[in-house]
Amino acid sequence: MILRRLLSGDLPRSRVLALILLAILAGLLLTPFAFPGAKALNVAAKVCVFIVLVSSFDLLLGYTGIVSFAHTMFFGIGAYGVAIALNRMGPTWTAVAVGAGSALLLSLALSLVIGLFSLRVKAMFYAMITLAVATAFQTFASQLSEFTGGEDGLTFKVPELLSPGFSLSEHPFLGVSLDGRLIAFYLLVATTLVLFLLMLRIVNSPFGRVLQAIRENAFRAEALGYRTVVYRTYSNVLSAGFATLAGALLALWLRYNGPDTSLSFEIMIDILLMVVIGGMGTLYGSVVGATLFILVQNYLQDLMKLASEGMAKVPLVRDLLHPDRWLLWLGILFVLSVYRFPTGIVGKLRAKSRAKA
Amino acid sequence: MNAATTSTPALDALPTVRPDRIPLLLLPVLALAAIPLVGSFSTWVTLTFAGLAMGMIIFIIASGLTLVFGLMDVLNFGHGVFITLGAFLATSVLGRMAGWTESESLARNLLAVLPAMAAAMLVAGGVGLAFERLIIRPVYGQPLKQIMITMGGMIVGVELIKVIWGAQAIPLPLPVAFRGSLLFGEAAVEKYRLVSVVVGLAVFAAMFWVLSRTKLGLLIRAGVQDREMVESLGYRIGRLFIGVFVAGSALAGLGGVMWGLYQQTVTPEMGGQINVLLFIVIIIGGMGSVGGCFIGSLLVGLVANYAGFLAPKVALFSNILLMVIVLMWRPEGLYPVGKR
Repeated sequence: MILRRLLSGDLPRSRVLALILLAILAGLLLTPFAFPGAKALNVAAKVCVFIVLVSSFDLLLGYTGIVSFAHTMFFGIGAYGVAIALNRMGPTWTAVAVGAGSALLLSLALSLVIGLFSLRVKAMFYAMITLAVATAFQTFASQLSEFTGGEDGLTFKVPELLSPGFSLSEHPFLGVSLDGRLIAFYLLVATTLVLFLLMLRIVNSPFGRVLQAIRENAFRAEALGYRTVVYRTYSNVLSAGFATLAGALLALWLRYNGPDTSLSFEIMIDILLMVVIGGMGTLYGSVVGATLFILVQNYLQDLMKLASEGMAKVPLVRDLLHPDRWLLWLGILFVLSVYRFPTGIVGKLRAKSRAKA
Repeated sequence: MNAATTSTPALDALPTVRPDRIPLLLLPVLALAAIPLVGSFSTWVTLTFAGLAMGMIIFIIASGLTLVFGLMDVLNFGHGVFITLGAFLATSVLGRMAGWTESESLARNLLAVLPAMAAAMLVAGGVGLAFERLIIRPVYGQPLKQIMITMGGMIVGVELIKVIWGAQAIPLPLPVAFRGSLLFGEAAVEKYRLVSVVVGLAVFAAMFWVLSRTKLGLLIRAGVQDREMVESLGYRIGRLFIGVFVAGSALAGLGGVMWGLYQQTVTPEMGGQINVLLFIVIIIGGMGSVGGCFIGSLLVGLVANYAGFLAPKVALFSNILLMVIVLMWRPEGLYPVGKR
């Protein structure tokens, strides 16, 4: 019962999916103990950040049916907000609050303006306009190098509690030293969980239903008395807000921010792939998609390296399996998912369990 | 005299559409306004030619995109991949013919560049055909999926290009005869920019001729205006569309060769970087209008070069600024098309 309330009544509705989600949660919680080493911890942290980011994009794309290419802009605003504040004001919690707060305000205002001005037009135009705005913003950020550090980005110190130098106790616990990184990691996981459940609450509220109605048939929704422009703008603003928070989390974890980590168009494409492969229109899809994508990004290359070396004699196959070509395979998977299973992995799993029942 | 007056009433009854020439004035006005700002006349000539050359190349690339959108409401976010493809093909062809491109004779240089252009157009057109069949065909009329699928096609295409040519930038030196610049009094005009302007004008003229003087062009224009009406008259707009799509891809391939030579290096990301510029151009032109696209391209090229000289920081946003200004004046672009 508590679980049902916590998940806002939106249960996984598939035993396999429930197991996968539990495995992801357990994996994230146990990473510092089960997989020692900096890489595993960084991958797990990235999974957390992207779960928030991709879910917030799903709010827009999957639930409201809006294609925006400016999502990384808000992600970047969040990351830069925290980075600039910590860089200028020193490693204090006030700086974190000021940075995240002002970034949030900027994102909300910007998304409101973009939304009100351009959500009246067709999906195609909105996609183009956001693409143009996002590109302009990226140039803008790299031009303001006094604030943003330009192409080099910014490195900064985080509050002492989260820094590697801080130590909770002298004695390691289960072979893991209890330092500030560990605290930062669990803080990140907890924040991710809270933000995710909050988004789940939003999409399963009456407001979320209206968004889905607009996605299915904007004309009918309007006829039923819902101002579609207003609802679309709300959705835009909300999703921008969550993306900003995800950016702030990323900056806090990396203690660095630059255009390539939070603002680049590659990340935008990655998010799009994650949402579609995981499953649009269900937030669980974002969790599965983000986790899968980042695991692939970080570990498939090792596998492909093996395969590529095994195929060293066959010229074309060797190049196709080259570790740097991991995006090729995800791209093909993406195209296939848009055609064959537009509801993504999660939709497939749910359909299977429905067929069984 | 009498004959003339008796025949006119029938004509008068038809509402005549007066051609809208105001956007045409934009180019000279902009160019003239830039003279006092730039200050020196010779610099102005150089900048104007650079802008026109850039605009022509952009037009070659964007014309297909705008027609495809006009005909079928298909906006190809993967258009950039054909540019990249064309440019990389040029590196292969010209690389093989290094002896000819390094030769001093213009004829030999041309004999190297023309096959490169032909190869780029052929292959890009062929790939365009496959792209239309495999990627776009199944998602007609579903804009959301279209955006995603063409984006996906672009990702896969760029990765495949990396598989074939590698992920690094490849230098694409200009043939010897195109290097250096011509001096008109004080003003220096790079030879290659002249070439681009000539090729661009040739493409525009050919396109203009096809669209306004042939039956095919009539059908295409009619299809852009009102697709259902053309279909109801018994023409297969689907076939027309494939033809336009293939031609558009081939032109993008040609534009890729020219852009690659303009930049003198070719990277797998170049197509994606131009995409934004293309969208700005076709929005300015009024989605679907070739004439608007032509003016839009030249405007973008000129503004980018003037701004780059006058205020380099602003230059990075000049295109978007230009788009905003044009849209404030004409919210649907310079030449709004049909019912949209």
